[in-house]
Amino acid sequence: MTPTNATVTEKPLELESGVTPFVERPLGVLTRPQGGRGWRDWLSTVDHKKIGIMYGVSAMVFFVVGGVEALLIRLQLAVPNGGVLSADVYNQVFTMHGVTMVFLFIMPLAAAFANYLIPLQIGARDVAFPRLNALSYWIWLSGAIFLNSSWIVGGGGADCGWFCYSPNSGLAFSPSHGVDFYAIGLLIAGIASLVSAINLIVTCLNMRAPGMDLFRMPVLTWMLLITQFLLLFALPVITVALFLLMFDRLFGSDFFNPDMGGDPLLWQHLFWIFGHPEVYIIILPAFGVVSEIIPTFSRKPIFGYSFMVFSGIAIGFMGWGVWAHHMFVSGIGPISVAAFSLSTMFIAVPTGVKILNWIATMWGGQIRYTTAMLFAVSTVGMFTIGGLSGVTHALAPADTQQTDTYYIVAHFHYVIFGGGVLGLMGGLYFWWPKVFGYLLNERRGKLNFWLMLIGFNLTFGPMHVLGLQGMSRRIDTYSAGFGFEFWNLVATIGSFIIALSVVVFFHNIWRSKREAADLPPPGPDPWDARSLEWMVPSPVPEHNFDEVPTVDGLDEWWHRKYAIDDDGNVVRISSVQSAAQDGSARGVHLPSPSFWPLVLALGLPLIGYGLIFNLWLCVPGGLMVGMAMYAWALEPVDDPDADHGQHHEDNDGDGDNDGSGGSGDSDGELATVGTPSTQGGYE
Amino acid sequence: MSNATLETATVDDHSDQESSEHGPSTGISNTKLAMWLFLGSECLLFGGLISTYLLYKTRRGPDNLPIPTDVFDIPFTSVSSFVLLMSSLTMVLALAAITRGDNFGFRIWLLTTSLLGGVFIGGQVYEFTAFLREDVGFTNNPASSAFFTLTGFHGVHVSLGIVMLMSLFVASWQGKLRPQHAETVEIAGLYWHFVDIVWIFIFTVIYLIPA
Amino acid sequence: MTATNTTSTDTATHSTEQADNHENAAAHEHKHPSDWAYIKIALILAAITAVEVFTYFETVYNWGQLLVPSLLLMMVVKFWLVATWFMHLKFDNSIFAKMFVGGLLLAVAVYVATLTAFEFWV
Repeated sequence: MTPTNATVTEKPLELESGVTPFVERPLGVLTRPQGGRGWRDWLSTVDHKKIGIMYGVSAMVFFVVGGVEALLIRLQLAVPNGGVLSADVYNQVFTMHGVTMVFLFIMPLAAAFANYLIPLQIGARDVAFPRLNALSYWIWLSGAIFLNSSWIVGGGGADCGWFCYSPNSGLAFSPSHGVDFYAIGLLIAGIASLVSAINLIVTCLNMRAPGMDLFRMPVLTWMLLITQFLLLFALPVITVALFLLMFDRLFGSDFFNPDMGGDPLLWQHLFWIFGHPEVYIIILPAFGVVSEIIPTFSRKPIFGYSFMVFSGIAIGFMGWGVWAHHMFVSGIGPISVAAFSLSTMFIAVPTGVKILNWIATMWGGQIRYTTAMLFAVSTVGMFTIGGLSGVTHALAPADTQQTDTYYIVAHFHYVIFGGGVLGLMGGLYFWWPKVFGYLLNERRGKLNFWLMLIGFNLTFGPMHVLGLQGMSRRIDTYSAGFGFEFWNLVATIGSFIIALSVVVFFHNIWRSKREAADLPPPGPDPWDARSLEWMVPSPVPEHNFDEVPTVDGLDEWWHRKYAIDDDGNVVRISSVQSAAQDGSARGVHLPSPSFWPLVLALGLPLIGYGLIFNLWLCVPGGLMVGMAMYAWALEPVDDPDADHGQHHEDNDGDGDNDGSGGSGDSDGELATVGTPSTQGGYE
Repeated sequence: MSNATLETATVDDHSDQESSEHGPSTGISNTKLAMWLFLGSECLLFGGLISTYLLYKTRRGPDNLPIPTDVFDIPFTSVSSFVLLMSSLTMVLALAAITRGDNFGFRIWLLTTSLLGGVFIGGQVYEFTAFLREDVGFTNNPASSAFFTLTGFHGVHVSLGIVMLMSLFVASWQGKLRPQHAETVEIAGLYWHFVDIVWIFIFTVIYLIPA
Repeated sequence: MTATNTTSTDTATHSTEQADNHENAAAHEHKHPSDWAYIKIALILAAITAVEVFTYFETVYNWGQLLVPSLLLMMVVKFWLVATWFMHLKFDNSIFAKMFVGGLLLAVAVYVATLTAFEFWV
């Protein structure tokens, strides 16, 4: 709390009537954005829902980019001695495929869910720091574009594999600028994730609706909260590693250069201290999504809620103690290997708890196999396969055989694709009506699902076999006669089936949108779901809740619709229409849009190009960042000129009525989002 | 017009009390929690840099060039460490001053803090140039690369802190920083103290403990 | 988490504080130490620093085996004094301390494990 003892005596904020209020202007460079329709609104928005949508759309764009890279890899490997890509380009393509899918697809897609759903699930009007939220998105996007710009201006992509081991990452083996773009691009994206992590943790801890205790938060919010803590503590580690790599390459330091006494193992340690929590950063959001979908379509509360939460927390903790299992063949010594082997086996326990709880949730439930449910159930199954092959890596002697073979590739795709991507796809189908106000067609959705599941298993299942046969990963081709031909061809066919399923998905979005005009709207709660986001209209109004709900327990929204009668039967006590809010509130005070997050974010890639090509470029970049910070700090969170009743979607026909529509606004009734003016202040 | 006046007042009011319908769930300030989370994260950043230095501190490279521990000037560094330590005191006195509404005292202590920080940075610049004269260069060997990176990162943090404090000073001078903004000062102060405790760690582990 | 209990009680106290700004300010002044207390802490810090620097002059007094442990101990005490007094962890909501100490302990754990893995675990 602000120590405000002086307010009492001086009351400096109260102005005599007739005195023009002192309004701080942001340097006069950009006028304060007023929202409204069109692209300008998206550039300046601080609305967590719009930012979530932007994260989602950008993630899907990079899904296509990474997918094309994957198809190129599979084309190259479809037959022996493939000639689609040269060895050099192949190295770049598989590196950029991994980096794109991890940092530019799954993480931002999870961020899309986090941004959109956390405030809704805890009953808040926005995140704790709306402008910082916009900043996260724009920084992430500028980092993502910066990273991929190396194809055009950097002489090709990074070619050191996504974990970029030294000495492959050094100038001797990677003389193009690809690795520089990798290091700086990930540093920029890391800033975005760090800011976002801090923002969302504060939101979860501090912005909950009355009665929303920590242990009444939906499992998805819990898993996302744990993810943010992992990001908070893991990102600085990779930041150190990337800085050292950048200094090595650009300024001639000797951190990872064995000739000068540097130690390549240091990179491996730093990378995997970050990299293993990163695995859980990828998978926990999908676990959360699955934990929302399965209870809804089983018509049962989640089995063992507290076990679900605590196993998530346990995974979060134990995820820090297993990193060296990625390094069993690096020569870290038998004691290290034994210790990390043991801790790795232990981490299977909380994961197993989760899988059992999902199955127990479905047990005896009235299951509806919607597309979302199919994706969720398949996530449980596919992740279990990936988890089991993971246990075989925990056994160091077996791992020694499997390291750097396709068995590893099979394992982590079952975890990341089978666990992460399938789960998040289910989430897209589940929350689509909430976000966009129309349902995705179920028939095409199921086609999408089956194609993806079959294609996925055809692609990555055979890689187990190939790996155990001894096929190395990251080798650009293979000769005929090793018995690799058949399964490689199968995997390539499978990868194109996955591509087809993604096409079906995009087609489904487009067709369903067109068909929705002739269908009844889905209403606030199309799935008969359980958490708070389903009590507001679809799509969600800008102010989220007409009235912030008071929460009495877990699955609050369900309990507003149903009760248990004396015989123990579930009976409906209220229709969705009467229990839900209709989004009609006006005059809700929302944080004002701002251009400064975008300006600040655009300065960072300039600094990045400057570091690589010409240090003078850092000057305008740095000036931009600094100027934007000051303008940001001086700009009040709430625009004094803003019309509080402004609703872009429905009640402002002309969209640019500044000040004129203020009549009838009542500030008192529906107060503000709690954002302190010092937000982002001088930092 | 009067309507607008009223609105502005309400808006300012909102932002100062960070009011919402129900107040923050834990009863604590969002911004302060965010700063503490950031500092928790910074622990792992400096931990990584310090570990890198500790791993490399005796590695002279193939040319057997001098390493930082050969040329440490402990009495000099002790003085600059002491200066930074005392800047924590002046920072906390600045906060105490603004909390009780003493703007003049606040500005004096804030300026003193910035000056002490500036002296520390000046000392670091002097130390770096002295090292370079004695042939301890950034690219010579892993030990010196790690040393300059660690102390350089810390120096950048201190410099950013000075910029932050001077911004507060200017804001206070212009009358924009009033006693009810004491939390802004407190948060900048948290950052400043953190940078100081990192140096407490570095001073002992890097400088005082013999190789 | 055990944190929930403490948090909820904290909420209770803070919401009463919120109710009345005047009371809030009064509570604040009561909670925060005086300038003189800060100066005393600084004097202790200065004294510890003096001892630390004194260890450097081995010709005056040789600490022998005790040198490294006592240096580390003095460092921890200084660290603790600044964090608890100057950063107000002693007086503030315990959630701040939890976030910070969480990061600190995690950093110590993973980096000590890494560094020892280079030396002793092989």
